[in-house]
Amino acid sequence: MPGVTAAQRPSTVVEIGGLPIRLGCDDPSFIALLVERYAGYVSASDQASFDFEIELAPPGTESGDEDLSVAWNSGRWLIERGDFRAEWNPSTARGRIKQTINPYSLDSVLRIVHTLLLARKGGFLVHASSAIRNGRAFLFSGVSGAGKTTIARLAPPDAALLTDEISYVTRQNDRYFAVGTPFFGELARVGENLRAPIACVYLLAKGPENKIEPVEGADAIRGLLGNILFFARDPEFVNLVFDSAFEFVSRVPVRRLTFVPNAAIWELII
Amino acid sequence: MNDKRYVSRTTAIAARVLGDETMVMSAANSTLFTLDEVATVIWEAADGATPLEEIVTKRICTQFDVTPEVALRDAESFVEQLAEHGLVVCSDRPIAQSSSSPRVNP
Repeated sequence: MPGVTAAQRPSTVVEIGGLPIRLGCDDPSFIALLVERYAGYVSASDQASFDFEIELAPPGTESGDEDLSVAWNSGRWLIERGDFRAEWNPSTARGRIKQTINPYSLDSVLRIVHTLLLARKGGFLVHASSAIRNGRAFLFSGVSGAGKTTIARLAPPDAALLTDEISYVTRQNDRYFAVGTPFFGELARVGENLRAPIACVYLLAKGPENKIEPVEGADAIRGLLGNILFFARDPEFVNLVFDSAFEFVSRVPVRRLTFVPNAAIWELII
Repeated sequence: MNDKRYVSRTTAIAARVLGDETMVMSAANSTLFTLDEVATVIWEAADGATPLEEIVTKRICTQFDVTPEVALRDAESFVEQLAEHGLVVCSDRPIAQSSSSPRVNP
């Protein structure tokens, strides 16, 4: 992977999933905002694999009703939404982002960039909360309202919460790992910057009693694919992530977790 | 007039066989489709060169207990649904399938 030399303008390096990305901006107060936002994920090193320059647009210039678009064009990814416009050239390891001062716009860009990079390595981002307990990671996957944040809130003190919203799944050889991310949901808490092998993915369902059932084959694939983040409408990218989901399900158990929202549910997570 | 119908899978999809089923995802909108055993046979035979009628008579009617008339009617309905979702293209002439390799970006 190409390295990038240190930039002269104010910058910080945010490292998620072992991938350091330098974020530079002429406005030092925005860099300070990013250092605060990504606390726990700011690298002590100035070395980065990718370099993004951020241009701040004046407040009020965003268009809130514009849908997200991620497209490959002339050797670079173009990533656009009402509140930002980004372009990224993977071969030069450089990109530009134009956005307002809202750091959550940058969150979206980073999620997409990581999704595109993970696809080439057999990993993906998935709508799931995740936590490490006894050295093993557990994912709790579901659509909005399924209980991702609820499960995270109920986690016992010995569980390290990686995220309550978007789980980061990487592949190393034939093993899959969950990695902490700063991407949070309702819990509004940055996940711990840790990683552990994934022991199980639970597909969340709310019900009258706590229950765990195995999910196999096509049902497991459907359950997982329904929650994986597909940003790019690009056949090659979709094929990579589609294949990754099949590989993942062939190596990691998938179960349906029906639960009532109380802490007793964690007694079943072993 | 040629009343034959040719069907070809598009390249804007991801697909994988799982047991008797085939799972197909549209690259256009990430929608996932599950094809049952009969649909899988048609899907796999949809090479753009074999008429749908031939697929039905030689592949469907020999493997499943169904008359050619019913099987053809169902197959036509099925490929129309696939075409609506952009998963196949249909033509009254043979369709050359794209031989180009998928783009590989860095």
